[in-house]
Amino acid sequence: MSLLKVENLSYSYNKGTSMEKNAVKNASFEIEQGDFIGIIGHTGSGKSTLIQHFNGLIRPDSGRIYINGEDIWASKERLHQIRFIVGLVFQYPEYQLFEETVYKDIAFGPGNMGLGKEEIDARVREAADFAGVHPEYLESSPFDLSGGQKRRAAIAGVIAMRPQILVLDEPAAGLDPHGRDRIFERIKNYHKKTGSTVVLVSHSMEDIARYAKKVLVMNQGGIETFDTVENVFSKAERLLEIGLEVPMITRVFMALRARGIDVPPDVYTVDYGRSEILKLLEREGIKHA
Amino acid sequence: MQESAILKTEDLKFRYNRGEEPADAPWKFVLDGISIEIERGSFVAVLGHNGSGKSTLAKHFNAILLPESGKVYVEDIDTADESRLFDIRRAVGMVFQNPDNQLVATVIEEDVAFAPENMGIESKEIRQRVDDALKSVGMYEYREQSPAQLSGGQKQRVAIAGIIAMRPDCIVMDEPTSMLDPRGRREVLGTIETLRGRYGITVVLITHYMNEAAMADRLLVMNEGKIILDGKPLEVFQNIDLIKSIGLDVPQSVELIHKLNREGLNLRTDILSADDCADAIAEYFLKNRPASGCKGAAYMRVLK
Repeated sequence: MSLLKVENLSYSYNKGTSMEKNAVKNASFEIEQGDFIGIIGHTGSGKSTLIQHFNGLIRPDSGRIYINGEDIWASKERLHQIRFIVGLVFQYPEYQLFEETVYKDIAFGPGNMGLGKEEIDARVREAADFAGVHPEYLESSPFDLSGGQKRRAAIAGVIAMRPQILVLDEPAAGLDPHGRDRIFERIKNYHKKTGSTVVLVSHSMEDIARYAKKVLVMNQGGIETFDTVENVFSKAERLLEIGLEVPMITRVFMALRARGIDVPPDVYTVDYGRSEILKLLEREGIKHA
Repeated sequence: MQESAILKTEDLKFRYNRGEEPADAPWKFVLDGISIEIERGSFVAVLGHNGSGKSTLAKHFNAILLPESGKVYVEDIDTADESRLFDIRRAVGMVFQNPDNQLVATVIEEDVAFAPENMGIESKEIRQRVDDALKSVGMYEYREQSPAQLSGGQKQRVAIAGIIAMRPDCIVMDEPTSMLDPRGRREVLGTIETLRGRYGITVVLITHYMNEAAMADRLLVMNEGKIILDGKPLEVFQNIDLIKSIGLDVPQSVELIHKLNREGLNLRTDILSADDCADAIAEYFLKNRPASGCKGAAYMRVLK
């Protein structure tokens, strides 16, 4: 049984008006426990609409969503539980901080779960640690933190609910490379240590390539492909066609193939690229120091 | 001053909230002795991580901020000369990060007309400037719509049109794409290219994306309030270790060549684009293949 199963899901905005837009069209896929999934797609491809279905923020027009085999819309009680099982981190989550202290903000989710004070405390500290919020900031006002710190505090607030699935929509938007790497390293470490499932929505193919194991590509509301990182990037031409960027290294290897050099089509990291060139030198009997 | 310099700084130093710090612990300079000249008509990118001082530097170019010590000149005007503020602001237009904070009117063409109106330009001339500016950013068809319905990239293009309509000599963009998706980013970068071709305008682009910085004629890298690298992007990106040590990236093409050369290859390093990188590698294969018995050297077929 898969952790999350989406079956023939469709959803339109502004139904019955001239502005009607079919945002998600007949999507079906399954996510397993422990997966690290990247979701990519151009703006308006339906990524954000799709993930808001995962915890029942949007009710599909047709189709079903199952978590641990149960239809999330089966009952109201069930839906309430789902909000704690699927943790959603929106874009620019720092705008949603509202409590007097960082501690209270992180504790808000677990508090809603009806947990005891000690349990909440343990979860707040654990989540702060995962997200990289230094303990000394827990008693500060969230508004005194820097942009990057605020964002990590907001992510901690979702992690504190110990969701089985952590869904992050563009967690690195607007951050510089250093801030971006810090956030992603934290998420990677969280995934590794807890074994929980992570779904990462991003425009950056370079980030997806670096962190995800499987990639779900959306195009015009439909699922274009859902496959391993290698297989997805081996279709780089198609990705470019549907308005996505591929990592620069992938374009280098596309250009090498266009020049008749026999390198694989699925190169998506610099280190992989380097080892493929070295392998080819060996095959061709070209010596290098 | 060099004849062609449109912007110039001399040992520029700056701190925020000066005077509020404890007497025994003076605050660090956000700008710590910047001396640069920016040539008229050039496209200069300033790359640095958050807190490096790059946005603070940008704000000195049209007197939003004034130096604590040292000088900033815009077309030979000292920015500390308050009586010339109008001339400075007319010479240098600024575009900021957040597209939602820069549009003031409810109709796009009115927004673009805002600055020329304030400059007291006659209405016929304004009409022409607005149309021309909107066409040059590719937003003319939207002129009668509300900015609220636009995408982030479109909003930034309207903000740029508003600056263009002032006919400034220089446009300073402070991370204009950092809140945009790849499509919006491409739109804005394409607009920069168009403006350069059409008006020969000087562009200063503040960014933390190295692929944007790579488009410029000249690249300045900032760290801790100082300019640590200055040159053509191609030359600057050769300093991989230094750039990485301050938390920035280099293009993957440059990194690949560098890593292969560490393995003992001697690929040429004067590359930046994916195509140039592939050429350098293909040339190496061609040059170094064994004289005979080269099995399946299909790579020869494209390179002449």
